[in-house]
Amino acid sequence: MENKVRVGFFVTCLVDSMRPHIGFAAIRLLEAAGCEIVVPAQQTCCGQPGYNSGERKSTVSMALKFLSEFEEFDYVVLPSGSCAGMIRVHYPELFRGDPELQQRFTSLAKRTYELTDFLVNVAKLENVPGNFKGTLTYHDSCSGLRELDVYNQPRALLAKLPGVKIYEMVESTTCCGFGGTFSVKYGELSTRMAENKCQHIAAAGVDAIVGGDLGCLLNIEGRLRRTGDHSTQVLHIAEVLSGLDKDK
Amino acid sequence: MQNKAIDFKRQVNIKLADTKLQDALSRLQTRFVEGRSAVISEIHHLEDTRTAAAAIRDCVLNDLDSWLQKFEQQAIAHGAIVHWAETATDANRIVTEIAAQHNVLTAVKSKSMVSEECGLNDALEHAGIKVMETDLGEYILQLAHEAPSHIVAPVVHKNKEEISDLFAEKHQMSRKTGIAELCLEAREILRPAFLNADMGISGANFLIAETGSVLIVTNEGNGRLVTTLPRVHVAITGIEKVVPTLEDVTTLLRLLPRSATGQSITNYVSVLTGNKDAKAHDGPEHFHIILLDNGRSSLIGGEMQEMLRCIRCGACMNHCPVYQNIGGHAYGWVYPGPMGSILTPLLSGLKSSPDLPNASTFCGACAAVCPVKIPLPDLLRNLRTRQMALGLKSRQEVLMLKVWGWLTLHPRIYALATKIGVRILAMMGGERHLLHTLPGATGWTDGRDFPAPSGKTFREMYRKKSTK
Repeated sequence: MENKVRVGFFVTCLVDSMRPHIGFAAIRLLEAAGCEIVVPAQQTCCGQPGYNSGERKSTVSMALKFLSEFEEFDYVVLPSGSCAGMIRVHYPELFRGDPELQQRFTSLAKRTYELTDFLVNVAKLENVPGNFKGTLTYHDSCSGLRELDVYNQPRALLAKLPGVKIYEMVESTTCCGFGGTFSVKYGELSTRMAENKCQHIAAAGVDAIVGGDLGCLLNIEGRLRRTGDHSTQVLHIAEVLSGLDKDK
Repeated sequence: MQNKAIDFKRQVNIKLADTKLQDALSRLQTRFVEGRSAVISEIHHLEDTRTAAAAIRDCVLNDLDSWLQKFEQQAIAHGAIVHWAETATDANRIVTEIAAQHNVLTAVKSKSMVSEECGLNDALEHAGIKVMETDLGEYILQLAHEAPSHIVAPVVHKNKEEISDLFAEKHQMSRKTGIAELCLEAREILRPAFLNADMGISGANFLIAETGSVLIVTNEGNGRLVTTLPRVHVAITGIEKVVPTLEDVTTLLRLLPRSATGQSITNYVSVLTGNKDAKAHDGPEHFHIILLDNGRSSLIGGEMQEMLRCIRCGACMNHCPVYQNIGGHAYGWVYPGPMGSILTPLLSGLKSSPDLPNASTFCGACAAVCPVKIPLPDLLRNLRTRQMALGLKSRQEVLMLKVWGWLTLHPRIYALATKIGVRILAMMGGERHLLHTLPGATGWTDGRDFPAPSGKTFREMYRKKSTK
C-alpha cells in the first residue's frame, strides 16, 4: 500500500492468555503487508461470552470500551473470525436504540476485519513470509465463515507457500463443537462434535490442522491429544503464514 | 403433547450412546444435506428468492388478523366451515365435536405436526374414535407408540430392520426385509382404512387467503385419499400459515421441497378449496378448517415474530450439528432442532425448556439454509437474554459472567488476574502442556485434554518488547 495505514490490533482474550505468539505472528504479517500497527494497551475482551449468554448490560459497556480504544484507526484487525464477527455484526445491533452510537459502531464495523480477510482483501499481501513445509487441512470456523464470508482468503494465502499442500477434509465447514461456554455446559455433545471433526482430520492424513480461531483449535487439539494423537500439529493460520510458530 | 424438554441433558447422553440411533442419523448427511445441496442451485436467484419468501411471510405476519379474516371469508364462501382454537385443548374439543356431529367412528390422518402439538390422537381415542395415521412414517410410529423425531421425516431415527421387526410383530405376518415389500404390506393394511373411514384429518402447509384454500405438499398420495375419500375432512393448522395469493405460494413452493427433502417438486401438491357441492364430483361433503393459536399470536409484534415465518421444511435440523448427533426425541416436545429449540420455549414454556436455547454453538448452519431467512441463532440468543432477565440462569453462570464482565472493564486487574492465571495453568500443564482435568470445567476435560497456556500473556510480552 502506498500510504501506511494505521491498524489497531485487537489480540483477543484467548490469544492474549493462551497463545501469545499468535498475536506476534499476526503482527508480523500485518507489518509485512506494510501496515503501521498499534496495540491499545488496555484492551481486554470483545464481550462475546456475555453477549451469547444473554448478558446484555456488560456487553454494552465492553462494546463502548472497544469503541473508545479502536475508533481512531483506519482499520481494526483481529486474529479471530468469531471476535471480528462480534464487532462487525453484533455491536451495531446492540445500539439500535441510539442512532448516533449505532452510526459510529457501523462505521467501526466496516473497518474491522478478520486477519486473513484483511490480508487478502484490504492489504493485498503478496509475499507471505512463512516457511511451513508439509500437508495441512483447513477448518472453517463458523463465525468467520458464515458471518464474514471467510473461506477463500486463508486458502489463497496458504497457496502462496510453496512447501504447503492443502488436503481438504470432508465437512470442513461443520462446527467443531466449541461454541464458547457450550463446550463446558454440554461437554459430551461438544466432545462428540470435536470427535467427528478429529475423524475427518485423521481421514485427511495431514501433518497439521490449521484454522483461524483459537477456540476451535484448542477444542480440536484437546480431543486429538486425549485420543492419543500427539503428532498432528494444531496451528493458527497466522503461525503458518508468518513462520513464527513458537512461544518466544 | 407434554413438554419433556427439562430432561434434555440426560437424553443427550442416552442418544449419544445409542448406536442404532447414531447409525440412523448418519444417513441425514447424504439424504438431506447433500440432497438439498444438489437441487437448491436450480433456483438461479436463490438469495433473492429467499428474500422474497421471507417478505411474503412478513407481509402476512405484520397484518395477520386481516389476512386471517380474508382467508376465513373466502373459505366460508366456498363452503368450508372455519373454527378458531385458542389452545390445543380447544382444538381437540372442536375435532371431537365435529366427529360427534357427523357420527364419526373411524378417522384416517395424513401427517400433521399441529395435531401432534395438540395430542389429537389421544383425545380422539379417548372419545371412542379409532384414528389411523396413513403417512408411512407416522403409521410406523403409531404402531410403535412413539413420537416423530423429525418434522418431515418422522421416523428417521429408526432403521429398516427395526421396522421389519415391528411390522412382523404388529401385523402378525411373515417378516419382510425389502423396502418395497414393507411398503406394500402397509399399503394393503391402509387401503381399506381409507375406504371405510368416516373422517379424514390433515394438516396444511399453507392457507391461501385469496381463494380460501388449504394447500398440502405430500409424497405418498395418502394426503389426497385422506382429504377426498371420507365424508368429512378436517384440516387443522396454525394461524401463521396464511399466504396472500396462489402466486405467492409458488415462490414458497420453489423453496419448500428443495429445502426439505432435496426434491425439486413433491409428488403431490394439493390445493383443497371448499366442499363437494353441486358443481364438484369429488371431495368431502363437509370441510372443516381449524385454525390453532396456541401461543402463536403472542409472538406477533415482538422480537420473536420472525419465528412465525417458518414453513416447516426441516432444513435447520438437517444441517444442525447438534440435531445430527442426538436426533429429535432429546428435544422433548413436538418440534426438534433449531426451530424447535425456539418454538418449544415460546409455545410450551421457557421455564420448562431451560436447555433448549443454550444447546447451540451458534454455528449458524441453520440460518444459512433457512428458506425464509429466519435468524435462528439471534432468536436463540434472545431467549438466553430472557432467561437471564427472568432469573432462569444458574447462579454459578450468572456469577461467572459478572466476574468476567467486571474484570474486562478493569484492564489493570484483568491483566494481573490473567498473568497469574496463565502461570498457574502453564505449571499444571506439565511437560506435555496438557491439563487432564480442570476443576469447574470437567465438561471439557471429561472428553478432552485442556491445552495449557504458554505461561505469559501477549499484553505483558508486547509491553516488554516495546519498552526495550
